[in-house]
Amino acid sequence: MNIAARAARAADGITPEIVAEHGLSPDEYKLLVAALGREPKLTELGIFSVMWSEHCSYKSSRVWLKKLPTEGPQVIQGPGENAGVVDLGDGLAAVFKMESHNHPSYIEPYQGAATGVGGIMRDVFTMGARPIANMNALRFGAPDHPKTRHLVAGVVSGIGDYGNCMGVPTVGGETNFDPRYNDNILVNAMCLGLVDANRIFKSAAKGVGHPVVYVGSKTGRDGIHGATMASAEFDESSEEKRPTVQVGDPFTEKLLLEACLELMAEDAIVGIQDMGAAGLTSSSVEMADKGGVGIELELDRVPTREEEMTAYEMMLSESQERMLMVLKPGSEKAAERVFRKWELDFSIIGYTTDTGRLVVRHRGIVEADIPLAALAHAAPVYERPFTKTEPQAVLAPQDVPPPNSVLGALECLMGSAHLSSRRWIWEQYDHMVMTDTVQRPGGDAAVVRVHGTKKGLAISCDVTPRYCAADPHEGAKQAVAECWRNLSAVGADPLAITDCMNFGNPERPEIMGEFASAVEGMAEACTALSFPVVSGNVSLYNETNGVAIPPTPVIGGIGLIPDIALMATIALKRSGDVLMLLGAEAGHLGQSLYMLTMLDRSDGAPPPVDLDAEHRTGDLVRGLIRSGCLSAAHDVSDGGLLVAIAEMALSGGHGVELDAVPDPLPAHALWFGEDQARYVVAASPDKADAIHKAAAVAKVPLRLLGKVGGHAIKLDGEPPLPLAVLRSAHEDWLPRFMAHG
Amino acid sequence: MKAAVIVFPGSNCDRDAAVALQAATGHAPAMVWHGDSVIPESDLIVLPGGFSYGDYLRSGAMAAHSPVMREVVARARAGTPVLGICNGFQVLTEAGLLPGVLMRNATLKFICKDVHLRVERNDSAYTRRYAKGEVVRFPIAHKDGSYFADEATLARLEGEGRVAFRYCGASGEITADANLNGSRNNIAGIYNETGTVLGLMPHPERLADPALGGTDGAKLFLSLMETLH
Repeated sequence: MNIAARAARAADGITPEIVAEHGLSPDEYKLLVAALGREPKLTELGIFSVMWSEHCSYKSSRVWLKKLPTEGPQVIQGPGENAGVVDLGDGLAAVFKMESHNHPSYIEPYQGAATGVGGIMRDVFTMGARPIANMNALRFGAPDHPKTRHLVAGVVSGIGDYGNCMGVPTVGGETNFDPRYNDNILVNAMCLGLVDANRIFKSAAKGVGHPVVYVGSKTGRDGIHGATMASAEFDESSEEKRPTVQVGDPFTEKLLLEACLELMAEDAIVGIQDMGAAGLTSSSVEMADKGGVGIELELDRVPTREEEMTAYEMMLSESQERMLMVLKPGSEKAAERVFRKWELDFSIIGYTTDTGRLVVRHRGIVEADIPLAALAHAAPVYERPFTKTEPQAVLAPQDVPPPNSVLGALECLMGSAHLSSRRWIWEQYDHMVMTDTVQRPGGDAAVVRVHGTKKGLAISCDVTPRYCAADPHEGAKQAVAECWRNLSAVGADPLAITDCMNFGNPERPEIMGEFASAVEGMAEACTALSFPVVSGNVSLYNETNGVAIPPTPVIGGIGLIPDIALMATIALKRSGDVLMLLGAEAGHLGQSLYMLTMLDRSDGAPPPVDLDAEHRTGDLVRGLIRSGCLSAAHDVSDGGLLVAIAEMALSGGHGVELDAVPDPLPAHALWFGEDQARYVVAASPDKADAIHKAAAVAKVPLRLLGKVGGHAIKLDGEPPLPLAVLRSAHEDWLPRFMAHG
Repeated sequence: MKAAVIVFPGSNCDRDAAVALQAATGHAPAMVWHGDSVIPESDLIVLPGGFSYGDYLRSGAMAAHSPVMREVVARARAGTPVLGICNGFQVLTEAGLLPGVLMRNATLKFICKDVHLRVERNDSAYTRRYAKGEVVRFPIAHKDGSYFADEATLARLEGEGRVAFRYCGASGEITADANLNGSRNNIAGIYNETGTVLGLMPHPERLADPALGGTDGAKLFLSLMETLH
């Protein structure tokens, strides 16, 4: 029997068991009774339980999140609304956010991932923006885990079907395989939208006596307690939570998108909020609270798709594709006409009041009557105890054994689960619809043109969980720096980030320590790189039977390219071009993919991040791109220098002839070390002088790597590695893995 | 040239088609809502890509019964050129303007990528800017694009020269490898009996702008412009 049914039976009173099933501790229940001034009714308990859940209240993370920088001249809207907004100039603004749908995607991968995509797009178009690009960051378990293939297939198909039907291109993302995600996969979806800077819609329901309108799909019993599920660990019984996963309908969402944007072009809406986690409850509470008003709901007017739904079920349902709006009085008819045109439900379900209370009526009975302040502000805030991760020793490059052959190791790395091509995934996503995708998946950042202009928006999602596990502070810094670097590598000015903070159970001090360190590391990098956080999401309790995921603070960043004619890609374009490395080399192999793939080792400190060097090197590369000096650029990250070069060669279909590496560092440390703040660039030989000079001025080390040409990777003293061989190793791994189910 | 783009609930390449038409003709096409029964006077009607009615029932099946489709069928029968791209092709087969059916891809997956097509004829209003046998690059983006028709219909299409485009290799060879969705005879697009109605699964409007990496698709719209003024 599910929570709702069990709870509905307990009409005679709230027992400690019912409180526990709602995910509230005995102390939290006492706080609830104090805030309400009496024992709650069942519907009231349900409302409190979702509003006070970790997912909605950020009760464990709030004290730390305050440390993140959220401001800057480019920021129009920071955290606190449905999504963040940054200025693009010329009266346009970018709206973007990333959100997790981890727990539902593990239980039901197709619908879990699909509704994650649907939810994040609603967050963006709720603000009046047309979504123009989707991204995703996915973490699966080990390839040899029996569930991995099923989860990859379901998640990819769910993301694809939803975004494809919406007609919003899914332009890229990242995918990792790691046994530490075996029982808790991560599905983080990001959406970017475009809006007129003076037509941004917010959620506050200002004004008394205004109609509260429900639009979109009908309400069913799906997703009840989804937010509570996302606020608890998994155990053996988690499969029973399947009914708490929502079901997506992208066609309805497409209609909802068009209807909302059509109505937003008129002057009818006071406030609008999507019904996401905790559905009607959180949308009505947040709108009323932000507007400083009360709200009365008449649930008999809520369109339902199932019979005999109770107030409890309606308030907690997470049925998808629904919106709540507060309209200007007198605009009801106009609004109804738009939604009827798009064949969507439209119902006035209540009014704003001056009482400061949420009052819910159903069949003539007051099912809930709660002061809004109690729901929105009286939730407990925890300063949970924490212990920080013990740092690991820095490995000396000389202490890491070399491979038998450098190019053999390269082939092995490029064909590994970690670095193989993700083409099998992104070819299932429509990444070209809207005809503005000027840089498709597979590069450092995807780039979409700002429709009708020559500007481009670059997008990238990044984190390296193995670095974060070894050192959450430095790992989180690296995630921010890598995202900033990826945007710089295409020639964009990095603007701002959204984040998805995926961690284990915060009630364990070591997990709370990971979280705290990661926030501090992010804050340090965001501040140094003027790269503020404008929206985000925290997903805790990603653990099963006491085993947590590695700390995974995913960073989703956007940047602006003033003119897409001056944009860089990773593809080598011309035989005879020179290849150069910009940035300092230390041969850092700790936590490298070389160690993991070739030696099955995951020890050592991760590479340190010098934010000043990042800034100088990124600015140099961006400047060189804009001055037309470079024919290709690529940041050096996972796998190190030789992997970056190989990716550039495969992308452009041109080979390279590489010079011998300088002493005294071992060759494998130079080729596979994962030192940060580095880029590989290609340029025609006549630009080499200008690049040398610019690097000297910027105090960025430059090393000539070799030249572009032929159809192989050539390295002194080793037989050449033909591109065709490298390409099959790189392209074949994922399709072969997925085919052998 | 006056063009009209029909917009169904769930169409999502309507704007893309309009942008490509405007680039070729200099005029914005009329956007016609599916619930309208009147289409403005047009030299060309375009059924765009997307997921009309969410592909529920069968791709294109519900859109084929929209009020506006009676008028589209009547105009097509009277000789107005009608271009169906992707979901538009599916609607044309469901509406009976083109024979056959688009089935689930042989891979059972959605496929989004550039493919090579061989232009089978260059004497239609759609293809006069191409050379006969020219190999062009258009993107595909579909899950239900495997063209199927019975042997008699295929024989008739082939015999009457009604195959417009075929999936091919980079140098025009018609191979099974190039036929990603498993279409009969590698068929990517077909004409009606008079050559005025064209349905194709690939998206010419997606490579009609150098900033997107190619302009092979632009020639289809320029051909129409040249023919229909």
